[in-house]
This record gives sequence, C-alpha cells and structure tokens, in this order.
Amino acid sequence: MNLNMSSGESIVAQIQGLSTSPRDISQLHAFLKQSDDLIRSDSTRFAPLLTLLDPSIHSLGFLYILDACTSGPTPKEQANEHVCTIARFVKACSTEQIRMAPEKFVSICKKLKDQVMFLAAPIRGIAPMLTAIRKLQSSTEHLTTLHPDFLLLCLSAKCYKNGLSILEDDIYEVDQPRDFLLYGYYGGMICIGLKRFRKAMELLHHVVTAPMSNMSAIAVEAYKKYILVSLIHLGQFNASVPKYASTVAQRNLKNFTQPYLELAVSYGTGKVAELEACIRQHRERFQNDNNFGLARQVVSSIYKRNIQRLTQTYLTLSLEGIANSVQLNSPREAEMHVLQMIQDGEIHATINQKDGMVRFLEDPEQYKSCAMIERIDSSIERMMTLSKKLTATDELMSCDPAYLSRVGKERAPRLDFDDYDPVPQKFSM
Amino acid sequence: MEPEPETLNTPNGDTAAPHRPITNPDSVLDVESYSSLYSGRTKITRLLFIAERCDVVSMQLEALRMAYDEVKKGENTQLFREVVSKIAGRLGDAYGPDPDWSDVVDRKADARKDKLENELNAYRTNLIKESIRMGYNDFGDFYYAHGALGDAFKNYVRTRDYCTTSKHIIHMCLNAILVSIEMGQFTHVTSYVSKAEQSQEAVEPIVAAKLRCAAGLAHLEAKKYKLAARMFLETHPELGNNYSEVIAAQDVATYGGLCALASFDRAELKAKVIDNINFRNFLELVPEVRELIHDFYSSHYASCLDYLGSLKSNLLLDIHLHDHVDTLYDQIRSKALIQYTHPFVSVDMRMMADAFKTTVAGLEKELESLITENQIQARIDSHNKILYARHADQRNATFQRVLQTGNEFDRDVKAMLLRANLIKNEFYSKQSKKLHNF
Repeated sequence: MNLNMSSGESIVAQIQGLSTSPRDISQLHAFLKQSDDLIRSDSTRFAPLLTLLDPSIHSLGFLYILDACTSGPTPKEQANEHVCTIARFVKACSTEQIRMAPEKFVSICKKLKDQVMFLAAPIRGIAPMLTAIRKLQSSTEHLTTLHPDFLLLCLSAKCYKNGLSILEDDIYEVDQPRDFLLYGYYGGMICIGLKRFRKAMELLHHVVTAPMSNMSAIAVEAYKKYILVSLIHLGQFNASVPKYASTVAQRNLKNFTQPYLELAVSYGTGKVAELEACIRQHRERFQNDNNFGLARQVVSSIYKRNIQRLTQTYLTLSLEGIANSVQLNSPREAEMHVLQMIQDGEIHATINQKDGMVRFLEDPEQYKSCAMIERIDSSIERMMTLSKKLTATDELMSCDPAYLSRVGKERAPRLDFDDYDPVPQKFSM
Repeated sequence: MEPEPETLNTPNGDTAAPHRPITNPDSVLDVESYSSLYSGRTKITRLLFIAERCDVVSMQLEALRMAYDEVKKGENTQLFREVVSKIAGRLGDAYGPDPDWSDVVDRKADARKDKLENELNAYRTNLIKESIRMGYNDFGDFYYAHGALGDAFKNYVRTRDYCTTSKHIIHMCLNAILVSIEMGQFTHVTSYVSKAEQSQEAVEPIVAAKLRCAAGLAHLEAKKYKLAARMFLETHPELGNNYSEVIAAQDVATYGGLCALASFDRAELKAKVIDNINFRNFLELVPEVRELIHDFYSSHYASCLDYLGSLKSNLLLDIHLHDHVDTLYDQIRSKALIQYTHPFVSVDMRMMADAFKTTVAGLEKELESLITENQIQARIDSHNKILYARHADQRNATFQRVLQTGNEFDRDVKAMLLRANLIKNEFYSKQSKKLHNF
C-alpha cells in the first residue's frame, strides 16, 4: 500500500512542533508510541526525513525514526553510514529526552556496536559508546546494559585505558543481573591487560559470588581467571568458595575448573619444576580457554613469591644461595630477578656485586610523614561515608513491608508472660 | 646398631665424661629382662612386635621363643597358632605346632564355656545381682583368656547394670580399659577412665595410678603429647609393677619424660618434671631419660641429643611409642634449637653447629624452616654466618594492619551492598513475573 508522503511529513511536523516544553514532550512521546508501528513498517521512507530533524532538539523523535531505520538486517554498504549517523546522534542528543525511551536508545547503541564489529573497526565505537553510557546512566553508580558492550569494544580494540575510566566507578545499582556478570568478566579482563590485578580480582570475585539460580558459563570462566590472578597477585589461592556465593556456585564451580585448582595446589608447594610440569600437562586446556598467557605469568610470579619469602628469613644471602633456593639456573638470573623486583618496589634490598651478596632491608616506610597521615585520614573518611551508606540501606530495608511481613510470620505469635513488666498489679477485690 | 662415641666434646670444654657411665655401649635390647617387666597378654604381643620389627635374627628368635613359652602357659590357641606360624620351624621341634595341646585346651574351653553359660542362666533366673555380675565377669575373663577380645569387652560392659558398689564399677572399668588397650581402641579407654574417676571419692592410690597410666596411653595414641605427659607425671610411684599387664614403671618414665620434653615449656618442665619428687622415683629406673632431661634443662644439647640417639632404636620396638618416636624427636630438637637462640641478640652459627653436632649448612636449613614457621624471630646473615634476633616493629606493623583492614572493609562492604542490590532486583523481577501470571 502506498502511504502518502503527508503522513510522514505530518509526523515530522509533530516532532518539530512538540519538542519544546516538557509537557509537549510527554504528549509527543505518547503520539510517537502510537505511531511506532507506522514508522517501522515504512522505515525506508522515513530515512531521508531525518535530515529535517535536529538531533539535539528533536532527540526523541529522531530516536524513534532512527531506531526504525536501523532495526533489521543491514546491507554492507549501509553499515558505515549507520555508524556515522548513530555516532553523531549519540554525541548530540539531549539526555532528558532519550531517557524517556531508554530501550530504543539501548537498541540503537547495540546496533552501533554490532556494526563496528562487523566493519572490524571497534575503535570507532568507543567514544560514542562512552558518551552513550554517561547519558543513559542515572548516576555513576548505575550499571546500564551498555556497560558490557562498551567494555567488549575496548577489549577488541585493545584500548584498555578507556575502559578503565568506566571501571573506576563503584557500582551499586544494577538493571539486569546478566549485564553485571558480563561487566565483571570483561572488566576483569581489561584490568588484567593493564596489570591492575587487585581491581581485576575484585571484579572477578563479584562475578563469582553474584547471586544466581543456575550455573552461568560466565561465572565459570571468571572463576578460572580468578584463580590465576589470585596466584599472580597474592601468591596464594583460597580454594573455598565464600559462603555468601550462591549455592549453585558453591556446588559446581569446582567441577568445571579442575586443571586450575590443580595448578593452584602445585603452586602452593613452591616448587617451580612441579608448577611447570602441571602447566605442560594441562597446556591444551589453558590454550582453549585463552588463559595460557596468564598461566605463564603465574610461573614468573612464583619466583617472585619465593624470593619474597627469603626476605623474611635472611638478612644477607649470596646470589648463588638465592638461585638454589628459588630453583633458578644461575646466579646471574637470580640477580636479574632481584634487580627487577627492587625496581618494581616489591622488595627492599641492595646488591653487592663484588661479593655476590644481596642484603635485604626493612621497609623504609616509617608511617611518620604528612602524606601518610593524609592517606590514613582520607581512608577514615571514606570508611565513615561507607558506614553511613550501609546504615541507611539497613534502615530502608527494615521499613520494607515485604521484609516485615516475612519476619513477622517467623516470630511466635503467642506472647510470653515475661514480656510483661514485672510490676505487681494492683489488687482489686 | 652403631656403637656410640665414648667421650663428648662440648664447645665450652665442660667435663662431659661423668654423663656417660650408665648405658652399655652396645645396648641391644635385652629381650629377656624387657619381657620380665610385663605379664599376661601384653607380654606376648610385645614379644611378637619385637620379633616383627627387629632386624637382628637372634633377637627375633629369642623373642619368638619366649612368646611361645608364654602362650603355652595360657589358653589362647589362636595366638598360639600365630606364634607357631611366625617361628616357621626355625627353633626346632620343641617349638613346633602342638596339635595335642591345642585340642586339649580347646575341649577344656568348650566345657568351661558350657558350664559358665549354665551358671549364668541359673543366676539370671534367680535374679541375684551380685551373682549375675560375677557370671558376666567370669565370661569376660574367659573370652579374654581365649583371645576373643570383642566378646570379652561386651561381657565386661554388661556387668555395669549389676554393679552395686563403686568398687564394682572400678573393677569393671579397669577390665574394660585393659581389653580396649589390647584392642587398640583408645577412645573407649578415655571414656572408661573418666567413668572410673567419677564414681569414687577416695580412690586408692594404686587404682588412681593405673587410671592415670591408661589415660596417658590414650592421649599418647591421640598424639596429644602435652596431656599424655601430664597424666604420666601425675602417676603415683606406688604403681610399681602392679600394672604389668599393661605398662611397666620404666615405660611411665620414658613416655612421660619424652612427651614432657617435647611439649612443655621451660617453666613447666622444671615445675612438673625436675622438681617432681614422685616422678623422680620413676626416673631412677631409666637413668638415660633422667640425664637427658637434665641436660636439656642445663643447655647441654649435644649430650642430650646423644642420649636420644642411643635410645631411639629400642624405642622403635615399643608397641605404643614406635610411631611417635620421630615426631617427638623432631619436636625435642626444634625446642633445643629455639631455646639455644632465645637469650641472644646474635649467635655465631659455627659455634651453634658445634653445639648441636651438625654442619653449618645443615643448621642453616633447620633454622630457615623454624624461622619460616615463626618459631624463632630472627634473620640469618648468610654471608657472615650469624643469626640476628629480630623483633618486629609493633608500631609499623599496626599501621600496616590498619590500612589493610580499611581496604578490606571497603571492599567487602561494597561487594555486600552490590549483592544486596542484585538480590533485590531478582526479587522484584520474580515478583513482577508472578503478577504477570495472574
């Protein structure tokens, strides 16, 4: 059926006319929702009409039309065009208007991600996605559906630093649990890439202990990486899954990650030869999971761990002694390792090349400087804010009717005599 | 067994010779005098154990011969067959399987069993408590003599319902303890010891000593060396050889002394062992243990470790102590090392190696493991071979812990709030799903 141009133009006119005041916008929103099917059915006609609209003022209308145009399979030639249009829109759109139709916004951003991946140029999508997230979030503590997509783009483009800015925010509100798992997993991978192992462990730990009713493959993969990162960063791995993790996780994680747990056990012995044998044995498995690079890092970390243990027992030790106890091949290698660790600040020592001796020193930090006092002070303030937040959440929860009804049911309905005040009642004869 | 050196050289040039006149340089365990300390079933089991564990063939055969003689005095045909199979004809015909004797004994046993059963049934119909008790007791004795330890135990325990005085209860407990020790079930031993102790106010010293020994053995088996030591040290010397069906007085001294040395700290060692007049009587019976405790206390570690070395091979033949010897020895050696370094700010490792009769490299390894386990607070200067005491700086350590606790709190609380939020969302989504279903 041939739709006459006037309906398309009338929609455009409506959009243009009603995009000024907030009341008008809600009216426009209702109108657009009604006309949604109409727009979708004839999306190709509407595409040129986009030029008539200004994305910053007519964001809502633009969004509806753009969504209709870009949904559905896209031919190769148009991919580039779509990417540019969407990117421009995201940059220019107005935050309040797009927040009225968040699903549509999310869907065009996902389309953007698909297209840049298809064009094998993920780096093009990073800046627009970042802007999109910032506009969609109600606060920096809010996790949107776009977060994991953004992190995926950063990973594919190897632009880890951009991802880091998002990861620095603490998340407290989550829309969809599944997004959260992916966010944690990709975030962990980005941190590993940047060698920020502490943050990586935190994120992966969140994924592993998140509440879930069925075993999630994301959690299993996250657990594998968690084991490896824990070995690299802390030098040990606590094999017991914490009690606050979901019951499915507690029961099943170990079954899926056997080779990694064996690796952790052989790491615990401190013997390099055993560790390497274990890695060789499970090499294929590690490679399939794309964890072989991490596994190799685990091996280099065991040398560091052993040298650090030596600092606890020795004041001075010959390089040969170090080489022997850490199972390195020669004193020269030992010297290289020790030198690297001193430079990284992991141990405090001096090397005397004439005697071939290493002298281990105490940590020079005296905790007396102004900088340290400021650090402690800011820590305390941070703790206090966090405590207040926790108390507030607790209070909120205690007033929740669902909670109260549940707790009330469990308490025994009868009243104890002891509840009464033990003051003798007045006799009344 | 290698011969021990005749003289000692301590680094301070102390007169060491007077420490050594007691032991026989070729001290092989004298099987005969060892077994004369015991009586009853334990004598046979001990002899069999020695035969099993010993490498010297002559000692083996000696032990087996004595076991054979002892078994023949009793009525345990099962054990007899075992001894015979172990001898395997090596001692000639006089020590071969004696089927006639076995038959006679078995027939007598059957007859006695029938008689006991009839008696017991008679008593049971008459409902005389004392007789029933004695009936069960006799049954217990009978089964014990014939090696059916499980049945013996059951019967002894059955007398419990018919015990009227506390003496009866003690009797029952002692029997139960004896059988449990023979069976190797030391949990029963502990429970029956406590039962016996609860029952009576004024316990006879000999009985009390027996109970203490039994408790000590149970703790030893459970590797609770400190408790075992305490039990053995509290044993009254009146025990003498009244408990030879379980333990000899020499054993009390050895077990008590070694466990105390491995687990007590210096103050406790002095108060409970060295100044303990009662225990002194026991120590007189085993002079090596007495000497080695004194050496340890007065820091003559080399001679102390020498005594230990000479005792080791004999202790490995003891049925109760053999699998604890290594642990105890390691603990004693570690304690010696720790005690040596304790009063000093710096220790020359060469002198220390001499004092402990070991090489500097070996000593360094031992010290390294002790430092890693945090039993010695010190650091090794491997270049000059000196051990420096190192006391952790409390102030710095506190600051470090504070910052760390802060970080952990931060991390945990944030994770918790996050999880709470996730659960809340899931909860709401489940709720909304329920609503949609209507």
